[in-house]
Amino acid sequence: MSQLSTRHLLGIKDITETDIRLILETAANFKEVINRPIKKVPSLRDITIANIFFENSTRTRLSFELAEKRLSADVVNFSSSNSSVKKGETLVDTVNNILAMKVDMVVMRHASPGAPHFLSRNVKANIVNAGDGTHEHPTQALLDAFSMQEKLGDLAGKKIAIIGDILHSRVALSNIFCLQKLGAEVMVCGPITLLPKYISSLGVKVELDVRKALEWCDVANVLRIQLERQQIKYFPSLREYSLYYGINKKMLQSLNKEIIIMHPGPINRGVELSSDAADSEQSIILDQVENGVAVRMAVLYLLAGAKG
Amino acid sequence: MQKRLVLDQQQIAITLKRFCYQLIENHDDFENTVILGLQPRGTILLDKIVALLKEISGIEVPSGYLDATFHRDDFRRRDFPLKANETKIDFLVEGKKVILIDDVLYKGRSVRAAMDAMIAFGRPQKVELMVLVDRRLTRDFPIMPDYVGVKVNTLDSQHVIVEWAEQGFPQDAIWITEKDKS
Repeated sequence: MSQLSTRHLLGIKDITETDIRLILETAANFKEVINRPIKKVPSLRDITIANIFFENSTRTRLSFELAEKRLSADVVNFSSSNSSVKKGETLVDTVNNILAMKVDMVVMRHASPGAPHFLSRNVKANIVNAGDGTHEHPTQALLDAFSMQEKLGDLAGKKIAIIGDILHSRVALSNIFCLQKLGAEVMVCGPITLLPKYISSLGVKVELDVRKALEWCDVANVLRIQLERQQIKYFPSLREYSLYYGINKKMLQSLNKEIIIMHPGPINRGVELSSDAADSEQSIILDQVENGVAVRMAVLYLLAGAKG
Repeated sequence: MQKRLVLDQQQIAITLKRFCYQLIENHDDFENTVILGLQPRGTILLDKIVALLKEISGIEVPSGYLDATFHRDDFRRRDFPLKANETKIDFLVEGKKVILIDDVLYKGRSVRAAMDAMIAFGRPQKVELMVLVDRRLTRDFPIMPDYVGVKVNTLDSQHVIVEWAEQGFPQDAIWITEKDKS
């Protein structure tokens, strides 16, 4: 089957294992495309895509925009800071106005969990969730899975530890859904205050000691401390967090195996990850960025591909 | 299902040999020539031609697999998108003579897409097309092959099927069948 079971990518929870595998296989084809001398294919030349970002983003927005341009789509960018949203326009009105200009797909980032789901029920275009609050960030999970597969092969039975601020992370939730659907074992690790209370009900292992997590896993996906989402203090100081949960090269070398280090970015160097660990040979952080474009091309291609 | 044999194993073997001698005649020592097999079905023919050329002339011609899925003109016009195959080309075609190989030439749309896809690897000096079967009088595009195994007259209601022993069939064969009407 070469068609997704959905016409929107709202979250990993909503898609099937077959969908995930189709996206990852198609992404491998697009990775070859973006390494050609001419990195562009004409597939989406009659499609217009609006990137609507109600929250700050560097990597994801750039990655989506590059993916869209590599597929020859027409792209319009919108950010809430200089728009009529400031004048009190509702989300549906804003998007419907953009769609009235004949836009076929919407890539949206929003601070409110569920915003893309709400939008998908109210507008005709295909919706791609580029991050909704602390809920899901599906394309990040897909590119993480793709990057892991490149290094480890099939992920069934592989052990993945997600370490850091799980409570505020949409990447963590999407990663958990994605990795479990691909048959991997998932562990979350962080200070107890940064772990959601019922996280173990998702079928993940919970560990408070970062060293034990590193000894258990094949891959450590290290997350950023999201200070901007923290209304109260969850730990005494960054220095203390770094002391107990920061990962450095010395720590990695002291393990009895070589594990892979990942980070969705932006890295707070010296907090969750030291520079010598982030830049080490075990780190595939820049591969993740490259793979992000290929994976997003695959998502857009497959969503746009159904007969219009 | 009605089935008519077009070429059997022995006839295909003779055709492939003829292809090789025609290529040697036109490309001499293949100094500036590369061969690309179109995914998915042209690649088996490509591998056979490359192996046979090596056997006959001792020359290993650079070859690769070209997938044109992302360059097709029927994207969003089919019920669901076609699944892409691997493109495996570890050289540029800039200034090269390129021989494109496919098993069956029908409407010409795949070859058009393939030429579009090929340009991503540079500007070739010349492009030739080799097909095992040319379905005459069915073209949608002005595309004509340079090397043809066999020309057949077919209807839109028919399929041309190329079977290879490597794919698990009893022997190499080319058939014309009626499309399933259900």
